[in-house]
Amino acid sequence: MTSPSSVSKSMTMGEAGLMSAFAVLAFVCFLGAAMGHDSAFSFHAALACSASLSAVVMIGNRYLDRPAALPAAEIGGRPNYYLGPIKFASAMAMFWGIAGFTVGLIIAMQLAWPALNFDLPWTTFGRLRPLHTSAVIFAFGGNVLIASSFYVVQKTCRTRLAGDLAPWFVVVGYNFFILIAGTGYLQGVTQSKEYAEPEWYADLWLTIVWVTYLFVFLMTLVKRKEPHIFVANWFYLAFIITIAVLHLGNNPALPVSFLGSKSYIVWGGVQDAMFQWWYGHNAVGFFLTAGFLAIMYYFIPKRAERPVYSYRLSIIHFWALIFLYIWAGPHHLHYTALPDWAQTLGMTFSIMLWMPSWGGMINGLMTLSGAWDKLRTDPVLRMMVVSVAFYGMSTFEGPMMAIKVVNSLSHYTDWTIGHVHSGALGWVGFVSFGALYCLIPWLWNRQLYSLKLVNWHFWISTIGIVLYISAMWVSGILQGLMWRAYTSLGFLEYSFIESVEAMHPFYIIRAAGGALFLIGALIMAVNLWMTVNAGKANETKGAGAVQPAE
Amino acid sequence: MSLWNRHKIFEKNSIILIAGILVVIAIGGLVEIMPLFYLKSTIEAVDGVRPYTPLELAGRNIYVREGCYLCHSQMIRPLRDEVERYGHYSLAAESMYDHPFQWGSKRTGPDLARVGGKYSDDWHVTHLINPRSIVPQSVMPGYPALAKTEVDPSDIAAHLRTSRAVGVPYTDEQIANAAADLKAQTDPDNPGSDALQKRYPKALVRNFDGKPGNPTELDALIAYLQMLGTLVDFKLYNEKANLR
Repeated sequence: MTSPSSVSKSMTMGEAGLMSAFAVLAFVCFLGAAMGHDSAFSFHAALACSASLSAVVMIGNRYLDRPAALPAAEIGGRPNYYLGPIKFASAMAMFWGIAGFTVGLIIAMQLAWPALNFDLPWTTFGRLRPLHTSAVIFAFGGNVLIASSFYVVQKTCRTRLAGDLAPWFVVVGYNFFILIAGTGYLQGVTQSKEYAEPEWYADLWLTIVWVTYLFVFLMTLVKRKEPHIFVANWFYLAFIITIAVLHLGNNPALPVSFLGSKSYIVWGGVQDAMFQWWYGHNAVGFFLTAGFLAIMYYFIPKRAERPVYSYRLSIIHFWALIFLYIWAGPHHLHYTALPDWAQTLGMTFSIMLWMPSWGGMINGLMTLSGAWDKLRTDPVLRMMVVSVAFYGMSTFEGPMMAIKVVNSLSHYTDWTIGHVHSGALGWVGFVSFGALYCLIPWLWNRQLYSLKLVNWHFWISTIGIVLYISAMWVSGILQGLMWRAYTSLGFLEYSFIESVEAMHPFYIIRAAGGALFLIGALIMAVNLWMTVNAGKANETKGAGAVQPAE
Repeated sequence: MSLWNRHKIFEKNSIILIAGILVVIAIGGLVEIMPLFYLKSTIEAVDGVRPYTPLELAGRNIYVREGCYLCHSQMIRPLRDEVERYGHYSLAAESMYDHPFQWGSKRTGPDLARVGGKYSDDWHVTHLINPRSIVPQSVMPGYPALAKTEVDPSDIAAHLRTSRAVGVPYTDEQIANAAADLKAQTDPDNPGSDALQKRYPKALVRNFDGKPGNPTELDALIAYLQMLGTLVDFKLYNEKANLR
């Protein structure tokens, strides 16, 4: 395979095939841009056309620049890991993280000071909110997941990532999906299904990208050099497959025209509601939980230099979690027109879900056994451990809120927003930050620029989270109580607008919490930038001792 | 002991692992979703529910486009305070023609499931353009652009046809007259407005935004808001009728 000069250089099937596919796509998109029925569709078609043309050029250039032989799978008996796409995805994660947190801060301030909506169509809360949720969940979280999964699967299988162009197609294609989705929201292109807002053409594109992602991951597993599939990879695999199933189940839609952005979803009314929250809750369960649990199972043991606490617990954790999670969706529809039996099933399984969730938390935390002292010196590990603690907290709060009587108070209020953010900022955010603080130095073979800055990031963000979630607890419960308050004469005590007015101070505190979280992330971006561009090269193992935090 | 060993089959074979995952995640979804399509009790029969008029549908699409569902629910729960505040609890049948549903998940603003008829058209015009001019404490964005944008009648028939393809029972006649009906609904003097009300019982025909000329997006959105929750006559509705 590596007989050098005798190999004559020729295009691989992948290069030739992808180049022609993109050339065709560019032509189709050109037609779409010219004939589109609405400006948003034409704009997206034009974007896709230019992206396809750049893809053709880039693949061509890459071919001209590369040596005749493709990169070897192994060099000197050690796997030749494929890091380029991972570097790209982790840089994009940092970029989208900052963007998503910023939009979150803006919409938090809009709720406190509505003049900030500017009353222009593309700057109102209704259009920016999906931009925020998609940017943090799918753009930031998604890039962290793709980057870390490509890294972990190679390392734990001790083999090079499958495919040559396919991994690049996944990371770039996925980020192009984000671009289409986000610019669509600003123009009012939305299906109005929460966390599944992108319209039909973006959904189709994502399907292609996601199936490729599954194949790259799976083929890497198949050619692994280790007999066992490491536990983190079970979670990654469950995440990739289930997200594919959920995406296909929730999104079937019929476009009004194949040259326009608007479509009508196939499901209607109560069935659509059930599909939506089956999807919605398992986007939480598999995207924001299973995927990030995979990160926990690899990065915490790695950073703490301890094995996973219990292998058997991880088996139980895995199967119980993915079995129970799928049932929990109807707790988003308590007391609605969804049949009672479905609501009761949703509540029952949500409460049961508490157990595997805490099993996973225990498995993560106890991995620290014998290494707890590292929390004093290593703020990166501290960040990840605190993330697992937040995971434990929000997976207790979630089952509690899924109980119908509790839900009758909490539903429709800010309490839900607080709950989501204790999971999103505390768990997903912190475990992602921890993973990136590990991954960036590993990928670029550098030492982390400054542990002191990590420490600052940790404390500023933690204070931000505490402000955020406690403000939302108070405002949510206050809201719920005001709505159901009666006077002694038996009249409703408050008009709705009085409850809106009462939220104002909490919305300001929440925005302050969000601002702190954003500042923390900016510190992180500087730290990682300096790591890559000015960090000391990582010499041989053990030479670069970890600096103390203070 | 042996059970732990049996688990190795999943750890050593990626395809079996995938199959296991698929089986395990399929069960919950199948049990909860499939019966909703064949159990009659899921959507109880109610008189009065009809597909949206072309103008209402256009308004509904604006409601979706602007993300109104992010702050307003359309689902009144059968709780004492909600029924007193908003009206009769929502029935499944009332959203049976909604593709997608708009039940929402958050009430930064009030529920809108029965907002129809609660406020005047003038109130809505003022409120949608500048909410704080009429409700000083409101945190809602203003939508002045709606008043300046006309609804495009050219593809409204295609919208009805697509809706029919996903299960909304629009008739050939309704589709053929979609563009005309769109215009007729904002103009009581339009000769077609009687036929519109025959095709869509209880359809409100009036100049919603108070301005002469073609229907604007403001007309459409107000027409939609003013019909929300008004189709079922709860004086006649018998909640025992569906008990079995």
